[in-house]
Amino acid sequence: MTGHDKGWKEIAPAGVCSKSSISFLTGDWKTYTPVRDLEKCTRCLLCVLFCPDGAIHWKPDKGDIEFDYSFCKGCGICANECPTKAITMKLG
Amino acid sequence: MKSVVKQERMALSGDEAVAYAAKQSDVDVVAAYPITPQTIIVEKFSEYVANGEVETEFVCVESEHSALTACLAASATGARTFTATASAGLALMHEMLFVTSGCRAPVVMAIANRALSAPINIHGDHSDSMAQRDSGWIQMYAENAQEVYDSIIQAFRIAEDLNVLLPVMVGLDGFTLSHTLENVEALTDDVVKQFVGTRQFPDVLTHEGTTAPFKLDPENPMTIGPLALQNYYFEFKRQQEEAMANSLSVIQKVNSEYAEISGRSYGNGLIEAYCLEDAEVAAVCLGSTAGTMKTIVDGLRQEGIKAGLLRLRTFRPLPVEEIRSALGNVKAVAVMDRCISFGGNGGPVFHEMRHMFYDVNPHPYVVNYIYGLGGRDTSPTELRSIYEDLQRILKTRRVETPIQYLGLRE
Repeated sequence: MTGHDKGWKEIAPAGVCSKSSISFLTGDWKTYTPVRDLEKCTRCLLCVLFCPDGAIHWKPDKGDIEFDYSFCKGCGICANECPTKAITMKLG
Repeated sequence: MKSVVKQERMALSGDEAVAYAAKQSDVDVVAAYPITPQTIIVEKFSEYVANGEVETEFVCVESEHSALTACLAASATGARTFTATASAGLALMHEMLFVTSGCRAPVVMAIANRALSAPINIHGDHSDSMAQRDSGWIQMYAENAQEVYDSIIQAFRIAEDLNVLLPVMVGLDGFTLSHTLENVEALTDDVVKQFVGTRQFPDVLTHEGTTAPFKLDPENPMTIGPLALQNYYFEFKRQQEEAMANSLSVIQKVNSEYAEISGRSYGNGLIEAYCLEDAEVAAVCLGSTAGTMKTIVDGLRQEGIKAGLLRLRTFRPLPVEEIRSALGNVKAVAVMDRCISFGGNGGPVFHEMRHMFYDVNPHPYVVNYIYGLGGRDTSPTELRSIYEDLQRILKTRRVETPIQYLGLRE
């Protein structure tokens, strides 16, 4: 608890969220980080579809994907699904 | 005081009275699953839906857990929501009872009070709702079919009050009330609709930093009740306790406003004091037993015995101050529990009644009678014996057996 936490009379009822999940950076939970081999990646976008946190984005202007490490929890599903084994999970 | 409005006398069972009151209360969503002795409520309400007599969305579900989950979800979108259950059905709802009160969803639910298995028993006692007394629901227990009807209508006003926002259970004794035809004075549809009004919503701060009415609405996105850990969970529970305390005055206000239009009131809404002003011995009970007890008290009074009765209409929140004041001069109190708290040294109502007199000096003798389990009939002679026991306690100044089983074969 911090000194900034509000008292029971100040908060909305029923656990109504006072913050958006965008401000809650779940990326710091991760132990392993996905790292992509740009040579092997075919931009098939299967990892984008499989990412349970929506933390891999397709960037049309770049014609490439981008990992959002602020929300990637390092689950490794992308590495597991990648058909060309372009993604590996590195400690840290 | 407004003049009492025109009413229609109908022959209704307790269950039918529940369904009729819900029909008149302009309910948006009903999700329910049938279980004896609540079945008639669901059957009757389905009939209203099938006949086009209500605009209610009736959701057929596969279990009571689903029934209450659907009700909670509907209520969170702002719908007025109703359901009913009993016994094992209420037990199956256990998890969702806490989620519903925690989400501050003002669902109204009728409980046709019934024993819990095993052995299987479909008859009346309070084991089902007493086991849910800490689930964050307001609990009221009716004495007769008329009160069942009146209480369901009042329950919507209490639950939806902005200072309360808690779900309400209205208990009616299985079979004794649920299946017995009684004369019920029913208000007209218009009067009930006006009395319950439309649901109002407090403004709350959302994650987008704006205030919006407290309901799920795509126009004003909001997340209700998802997660609160070590740093906030405790604060939300404290809010629920405050809402319970707030409901004490709301229940009284609704009771008196209802009396103005219908001419009927139930004590102050929280408790009903019967012949207590000068009583020396008194019993405390819930539900339909009070009807017989009043007859017993009348008889004792004719014999010059200063007997009284306190009927707890509202058990959650427990109206501590009102009970202490009503029993202020009573010297011996018998608390009747139609429920057993295994290994708990007495029934649940007894625990709380005795506890509230700890700080009162001098306090009355408080003894316990566990009775009527599984629908066991309790005769007037047995009920009268309670008062005889209390008189003996006063005479001998001694309590030999603080916890007794009334009507049990040894």
